Amino acid sequence: MKGENRILTDVNPFLPEPARIVRRSHLTKDVKFFQVRIVNMERALSFKYRPGQFVMISVLGAGEAPFSISSTPSRPGLLEFCIREAGSVTKAIFRLKENDLIGIRGPYGNGFPIERMKNKDILIVMGGLGVAPLRSVLLYCLDNRDQFRRVSLLHGAKRPAEMIFREEFFSLKEREDLECLLAVDEDDTGEWTENIGVVTTLFPKLKEMDSANTFALVCGPPVMYKFVIKELVKLNIPKDQILMTLERRMRCGVGKCGHCAIDYIYTCLDGPVFTYWNVIHMRELI
Amino acid sequence: MRILKFKKDELHPFLKRISEEAELWAPAKKYSDRHIFKKIEDLSEIDLDYTRTLLPPRKIFLPPSFNMFNVDEEGYREDFSHATPKILFGIHACDIHGLRILDAFFAQTFDDPYHSQARKNTLLIGHSCWPDEHCLCKSTGTHVIEEGYDLFFSELESYYLVWIGSSRGDDLVRMKEDSFDENISDKDIQAYTRWREERDKAFKAEINFIAMPDLLELKYRDDPLWEKLDTACLSCGSCSNVCPTCNCYNVMDKPYLNTVGSDINRCWDACTLVEYSEVAGGENFREKRSDRLRLWYTHKLQAYISKYGKPACVGCGRCVITCPVDINIFSVAQSLAGKDVDTFWNRLHREVRK
Repeated sequence: MKGENRILTDVNPFLPEPARIVRRSHLTKDVKFFQVRIVNMERALSFKYRPGQFVMISVLGAGEAPFSISSTPSRPGLLEFCIREAGSVTKAIFRLKENDLIGIRGPYGNGFPIERMKNKDILIVMGGLGVAPLRSVLLYCLDNRDQFRRVSLLHGAKRPAEMIFREEFFSLKEREDLECLLAVDEDDTGEWTENIGVVTTLFPKLKEMDSANTFALVCGPPVMYKFVIKELVKLNIPKDQILMTLERRMRCGVGKCGHCAIDYIYTCLDGPVFTYWNVIHMRELI
Repeated sequence: MRILKFKKDELHPFLKRISEEAELWAPAKKYSDRHIFKKIEDLSEIDLDYTRTLLPPRKIFLPPSFNMFNVDEEGYREDFSHATPKILFGIHACDIHGLRILDAFFAQTFDDPYHSQARKNTLLIGHSCWPDEHCLCKSTGTHVIEEGYDLFFSELESYYLVWIGSSRGDDLVRMKEDSFDENISDKDIQAYTRWREERDKAFKAEINFIAMPDLLELKYRDDPLWEKLDTACLSCGSCSNVCPTCNCYNVMDKPYLNTVGSDINRCWDACTLVEYSEVAGGENFREKRSDRLRLWYTHKLQAYISKYGKPACVGCGRCVITCPVDINIFSVAQSLAGKDVDTFWNRLHREVRK
């Protein structure tokens, strides 16, 4: 029984993979955009994920935190993230420059049920930083446009300057195969040409929906869910076709540390994508 | 033969022999009336006359604080220095059940190597026990153990009956073969059965765990219980620290001061602490003490039962003797079952209402 106590395990799920920041840019005042490439080419190519999944990003000395992947698996090679400075890990990430290394492990979580969503109408509702996970599924739908029927997008931000990917969304408005409606709570520039009001004020502008065959995808600040879900239920979208992606602090991402537990579910294993029906009776949700 | 007879005075020579193979851990006295599991330097430290230790044996497998990685310019190095070869002697049936609950938890979906390596490197030698007024293991069905140990010593009046539970346990027996007697008679088994019957009668506390998932479902949202607990709970996290099935942890980087690099440190955490459920931006989904206790009890008494068919409670009674304000598995379960219990928080509630 005596022996080596420093055993190298075959697979240590907590061991991060080095990745390099290849591009870093400002999205808004406090949100930055990062493009990241896994250093080991073999691992980079075998890194498969689904829209809606997340990874754990670590900065040595600062720690590790979960982040939604904002890029789409239909454009492999680079991973993209929208990150807001909110805590010690994001603060450390913000200090990094292009070419610096971070640690990545994952992908984790269930992601969006793409197979079930095929040949259905897709309605995406996002507010603020809710763009981070939903951009992945939006780009996926656009890259595989023939696999989905109608695709609609409602996007709300506080002010024009705080709309993440504003230019990207304005250019999407040009597309004929996408219904893209934008709103800001208040216009402090006087130049906003789109809707003014919270994101729910966009619902009346939607063309008539085939609710039974629609998947609604929601992500945004906690306060948004309550009002958006009310609208979606009013539209008669089935409760198990209303998908929401949740955010919790995590220490492991693999169902061990317990931090992301909500009642009896783990956000990291059972989520982060939940149907409204999954969570309808949970009180600590949003 | 899987059951052997063992003379009581052979115990120390046997332990001395096997302690040559690996670190020996066993219960020892701490203060006048408490016990702890500790690394044994001198066999005279061992005290088997104990009901429960202060901390559960999980502290030996995933210590309250240990390093997962040491990172320097060369990269990440896994640190398994907590998983040294050990023999844990004198562990009771309930605590072995507790470890098995953690085994199942840490192995699901992704295997946690820090738990599984430490478990693999440790032999368990169980020891029989006698309940006090707080032991609930008969209600949880964890007062006996059929598997999961390497050896199990059942103490009868003048000798031990020893069960061999694994091939590694058999190896231990072979190290001091002469001390074990293979000749077991009907009488020995009868003596053991009698002891079991006597012990079954000695249990005083009882909970109906089968009803718990439905009761929690029913009282989950609105029940005066939560409000009472909210007033009384000190949010100290002790219930989690002493629970043999609590698994939550935190991870922190501990950067080196004199050179480039960092230790990645993992330490126990408790969902009953307020910082536990904070998310980015300072929002907290379980700000109230009752919200956190509700999570604790839902996890132990509802979620676990629906997932694994049994509660995540092994009835060790540690939360019962530890919580300074009587919030424990017994008082909460009794309350959920509609019984009036004489606890600090019930008395406090009555005072407040006056």
